[in-house]
Amino acid sequence: MTFTTHTGNRGLVLEEQLIFEQGQPGRTGVDLPEPKGTKSRLGGLDRDSDVGLPGLSEPQVVRHFTRLSQKNYGIDAGFFPLGSCTMKHNPRLNEKVARLPGLADLHPMQPESTVQGALELIDQCAHWLLVLTGMPAVSMSPAAGAQGELCGMMAIRAALDARGENRRRVLVPESAHGTNPATAAACGFTVDSIPATEDGRVDLTAFEAKLGDDVAGIMLTNPNTCGLFERDVRKIADLVHEAGGYFYCDGANFNAIVGRVRPADLGIDAMHINLHKTFSTPHGGGGPGSGPVVFSEALAPFAPIPYVVKKGDGFHLVETADEEDGMKPFGRLKGFHGQMGMFIRALTYMKSHGADGLRQASGDAVLNANYLLARLKDKLSVAFPGYCMHEALFDDGFLKDTGVSTLDLAKAIIDEGFHPMTMYFPLVVHGALLIEPTETETKESIDQFCDAILSLVAKAESGDAEFFKNAPYLTPRRRLDETAAARKPVLRWKPETA
Amino acid sequence: MRYLPLTRADRAAMLDTIGASSVDELYCDVPDGALLDAPVDLPSHLGEMQVERDMMALAAKNMGASSVPSFLGAGAYRHHVPATVDYVIQRGEFLTAYTPYQPEIAQGTLQYLFEFQTQVASITGMDVANASMWDGATSCAEAVLMACRATRRKKAVLSGGLHPHYREVTETYCQYSDTEVAGRDGHPEHQATAEELNDLIDDQTACVVVQYPDVFGRIQDHTQLADLCHAKGALLVVVFTEAVAFGAVKSPGSFGADIVCGEGQSIGNALNYGGPYVGLFATTQKLVRQMPGRLCGETVDQDGKRGFVLTLSTREQHIRREKATSNICTNSGLCSLAFTVHMSLLGEDGYRRLATLNHENACKAADAIDAVEGASVVNDSFFNEFTVKLSKPAAEVVEALVAKGVLAGVPLSRLYPNRSDLDNYLLVAVTETNTDEDIAALASALKEALA
Repeated sequence: MTFTTHTGNRGLVLEEQLIFEQGQPGRTGVDLPEPKGTKSRLGGLDRDSDVGLPGLSEPQVVRHFTRLSQKNYGIDAGFFPLGSCTMKHNPRLNEKVARLPGLADLHPMQPESTVQGALELIDQCAHWLLVLTGMPAVSMSPAAGAQGELCGMMAIRAALDARGENRRRVLVPESAHGTNPATAAACGFTVDSIPATEDGRVDLTAFEAKLGDDVAGIMLTNPNTCGLFERDVRKIADLVHEAGGYFYCDGANFNAIVGRVRPADLGIDAMHINLHKTFSTPHGGGGPGSGPVVFSEALAPFAPIPYVVKKGDGFHLVETADEEDGMKPFGRLKGFHGQMGMFIRALTYMKSHGADGLRQASGDAVLNANYLLARLKDKLSVAFPGYCMHEALFDDGFLKDTGVSTLDLAKAIIDEGFHPMTMYFPLVVHGALLIEPTETETKESIDQFCDAILSLVAKAESGDAEFFKNAPYLTPRRRLDETAAARKPVLRWKPETA
Repeated sequence: MRYLPLTRADRAAMLDTIGASSVDELYCDVPDGALLDAPVDLPSHLGEMQVERDMMALAAKNMGASSVPSFLGAGAYRHHVPATVDYVIQRGEFLTAYTPYQPEIAQGTLQYLFEFQTQVASITGMDVANASMWDGATSCAEAVLMACRATRRKKAVLSGGLHPHYREVTETYCQYSDTEVAGRDGHPEHQATAEELNDLIDDQTACVVVQYPDVFGRIQDHTQLADLCHAKGALLVVVFTEAVAFGAVKSPGSFGADIVCGEGQSIGNALNYGGPYVGLFATTQKLVRQMPGRLCGETVDQDGKRGFVLTLSTREQHIRREKATSNICTNSGLCSLAFTVHMSLLGEDGYRRLATLNHENACKAADAIDAVEGASVVNDSFFNEFTVKLSKPAAEVVEALVAKGVLAGVPLSRLYPNRSDLDNYLLVAVTETNTDEDIAALASALKEALA
């Protein structure tokens, strides 16, 4: 039964105006003491006009953001198989620990003697990452995965400069995340694409043909963005090293192999680790992330400042480039010392799992993905043959002649109560559907998801394309007009002018 | 293990469906010898109670900034964060959502981003703002790169009043893109005038970057500098580290700034020993398509209802790859939510009052410190942070005050380790959290240490 309500609300689905449309002058959500009227020393630049902020009481603010939250889908609500994003459970213990006053309430410029526990925590977190990757060095400062890439590629650039070599070409597989080529470009490199083979891996022959004395290195995601392990990875490492280049590994998918395969054993020189993917720090609607980078001996001296070292019985933060002999940091990537709040959460998670639990987690992630692949492979079109790693990739061949696109199917999945898979990525597969269940899902929830997909596929095959074109039907908003948004961008609220 | 739901029976049944004999078989593409057959050399799993105990032991080795009178600033500020903020950001619908790729089920995130963008544009006095950056320092670097794109020039002039970390990050970002970074060293007792900076602008200068209030706490009108920049075809970038300041001082937009960016930690976010923080980034309507980072825009859905989407993504790496405006992918989502909630609670009256209280407390502390023999405040103007010249090296004084249970401030030698001429200067920040007793404790401890 459909009817319109007076308010526009629909039961628990409540419409919510912008805070700017709700404010009243004189209202506030804080009680601050009355100023004393001290003569200002603001250099004559005292603000002389309103900022334009609305006034709301605390209950209004709480209700506003509670209502907004109810228009969001999160891992806490349900199955979120967004491929390449690793939407695993975010333990609340991590959040509790990160809020301990002795950790959250530390100023980054406190004297070293007052933050020994913080430095020890960073060192412990670094130690876990080093043992799990088998690498000799790590930089903890990158703010996110993309900045980790920047960190790794800048170290490569610095190492080449130190060798006096003007190598500028970086090889990047077509299937790579967009951040890879963007990062290479930001370091002054040119990007040369490597094609994929029919089984979704780097084309070794094409790769070898592209090597030369102008090649700075390769940026390779492993397991790759097709959810496959690059079985020639060691050969690739050897070849790039023989050619005088470096091997940057995009560690976005480290969660598939953590505790089972050490990247050091594959011949890599640098790799970032997205703490939110492998080590469960929250995605938070798009950050904050954290992207520590592990380095080989060859690149370790070029790691950026700052970094923590053991000194006597305690820990010391090296904040200047020339403090330590043999170190040639390429610079500084971030204000202060990295994403401490994320190190706390990641270390809490690693300690909770332990070496045994992390190994079990990667195994379960791969098992869940292969189970999902097995359940769907007869009805959907599998992009590449064989077992997958932590995510299963399909192309849109199974939708051919139905009039239904990958996007349409994804929107119908929303009505079934799931977050859709990643769509149209990687670019090497037509109409890609990349599904990553993660290790924290039950067999039952994967079964329910597979059953729902299969029923939708049957519906698509029955010729009901119109149903899909208009999905979703049951969400707070239906399909949004993205073209209109881009054509005439409205990026902020403005008061209506009379 | 409490986070892993599969049972032994589940695993067996699933392997059976897959047709594999073991999980190891699924790793058959891993090269010989690289697949470990046992856990690595790290401790085994622990229960929640044990982990908590371990982490509390680490926390206990630190001196929390709120456990003692504390006056540290220099780009990170201790402010009171209302309880509502943490309640909202811990709601699972926000905490465990991802980048709003599916706008139909992400209107919560998208609407607050739209509100965030509006708040940031409002306090900076600019037309538009993005959905946040990683932190203030990276925002500054991205602003310089954006100015180079917009002007097709390759040089940036950085004022000596810019935070050294911001300068270092900008230099790092520019070093491999043939962008020259110029500028003079700053000094707390000499402030560069608009004319002095103007002398550094040439026909290759993309932008001049100033900090407001600057790293030494001073407040300067940059209207003239904006005019001088524009006359030579360069942009004015105004950077800030203390977002509360704009409740008390004129906005950078009122000077004619082209890009305003900086650190938003002060609103809604804890100190967190330096991160995660939230970079704020605002500009003019004219430059919006040169912006880095994510942008949220208003639109309508299929039923004509107002809604929000990520927009102008053709600037971004996932579409443009090596031609993108930046390699940034995620932003500081949850930190920007904390900012939005705190700012919503403050509102016009609260934000302005908070700024006034910060300034009044800073004035009080400045007078108390000035009365101490061997200490003198060098600033003519300041908001909630100022530089003090001491009769002894500031780092030694700070250490001596730790022993007295006072975190006195940031010695400039920490920020400028290679500038021995700055050894005797101390940067002191005072916020609404500092009580009269705190200020008295600082003054009396300083008096003893300098005697």
